[in-house]
Amino acid sequence: MTPPLLRPPGYVPVPEGTHPPLNSPGYRSTGLRAPAQQPIVLPHRLTEVTGPLLTGPVRPGDDDLTVGANGEALGQRIVVFGRVLDSGGRPVPDTLVEVWQANAAGRYAHRWDNWPAPLDPNFTGGGRTLTDAHGDYSFTTIKPGAYPWGNHHNAWRPAHIHFSLFGRAFTQRLVTQMYFPDDPLFAQDPIYNAVPEQARHRVVATFDLDATRPEWALAFRFDIVLRGREQTPFEEPHA
Amino acid sequence: MTATPPPPALTPSQTVGPYLSLGLTWPDGPDVVPAGTPGAITVGGTVTDGDAAAVADALIETWQSDPAGRFDHPDDPRGAVSHPGFRGFGRVPTDDDGRWAVRTLLPGALPGQAPHIDVSVFARGLLDRVVTRIYFPGFAEANATDPLLAVVPEERRHTLLAVPDGPDRYRFDIRLRGAGETVFLQL
Repeated sequence: MTPPLLRPPGYVPVPEGTHPPLNSPGYRSTGLRAPAQQPIVLPHRLTEVTGPLLTGPVRPGDDDLTVGANGEALGQRIVVFGRVLDSGGRPVPDTLVEVWQANAAGRYAHRWDNWPAPLDPNFTGGGRTLTDAHGDYSFTTIKPGAYPWGNHHNAWRPAHIHFSLFGRAFTQRLVTQMYFPDDPLFAQDPIYNAVPEQARHRVVATFDLDATRPEWALAFRFDIVLRGREQTPFEEPHA
Repeated sequence: MTATPPPPALTPSQTVGPYLSLGLTWPDGPDVVPAGTPGAITVGGTVTDGDAAAVADALIETWQSDPAGRFDHPDDPRGAVSHPGFRGFGRVPTDDDGRWAVRTLLPGALPGQAPHIDVSVFARGLLDRVVTRIYFPGFAEANATDPLLAVVPEERRHTLLAVPDGPDRYRFDIRLRGAGETVFLQL
């Protein structure tokens, strides 16, 4: 028998109806990119229950996207904050949170984004931070604008901020998008609507009046839930 | 009487979109080990779509044990073996031709498993990451008894094997869809 220490508990399965299906025809780019074959189940072993515990890339100020090279970014200043938890309700401390977004006019500071909205020389749109001991994080940024894209006639992406999370295990890795409440563009957006209906509210931030900074910034709360640990050690079938 | 709150529900995944490099690329991302590390190898290839066209806006992430088969992580009770500068994690966006590469060390065998690297692929058009694994041809005996390779249909197993590509270089192409589609894994 393999020593039990080398077979740590795995992570709970993802319930049906959580993630968008890879094959989501309304989002045209899935057509040539989503795998056609069914994935093969990989039981959680050592490589999957471990993962990079990254702290290195974060420098002071990386959590404030409004500070540009020569001044302040243009737009509605906001604080985006929340807690990273696992599905057992436990906070995920000291974990890297990365964000990127369009500027207030809905344009990304990226060489491929060339729709005619102005660039902001003081907004690069990337930020990162670590959660604290309670799993809490906070960014200061500007509210991103909506923008058109070529997916279908008159397609517009609702305003959103991209989020990337590691947790503490390869199994917990998550990239998602945070949306703003009551966006009138939701109904026509195939990326948002690819999320199963009962789970869509989990990618929408809530406006939090108590967390606003008077005379300074609006505040939106976005809690993020990663997969939690199985309670008992994973039992592998005997060969 | 207070009811126990239900456990929080998982946050759904969304695509990284085409502009991921604004948030997810690091200058030293591809350096699982620094340049000049003894024993360093390069592992890389191309990412292609269902038309065999290059995917120029993907991000590859790698996670692996050190050459002794250990992880610098609390869930590996054996602890890491010291390999100065070894991060275990690599991250690289594909270039305009869909190419990617990381500089790393060969992973070691794990208890009951052949040496391998876990890989996440993110891209526009992928609403969730897809996951695969790289195995190496130099470990034929371990590969023959690896529990994952054992459940992959034989005609698709080659998609998980890196190919020697010159001294200290291995090629691992990722075909997202269609002919020769890479085996992807459900975690």
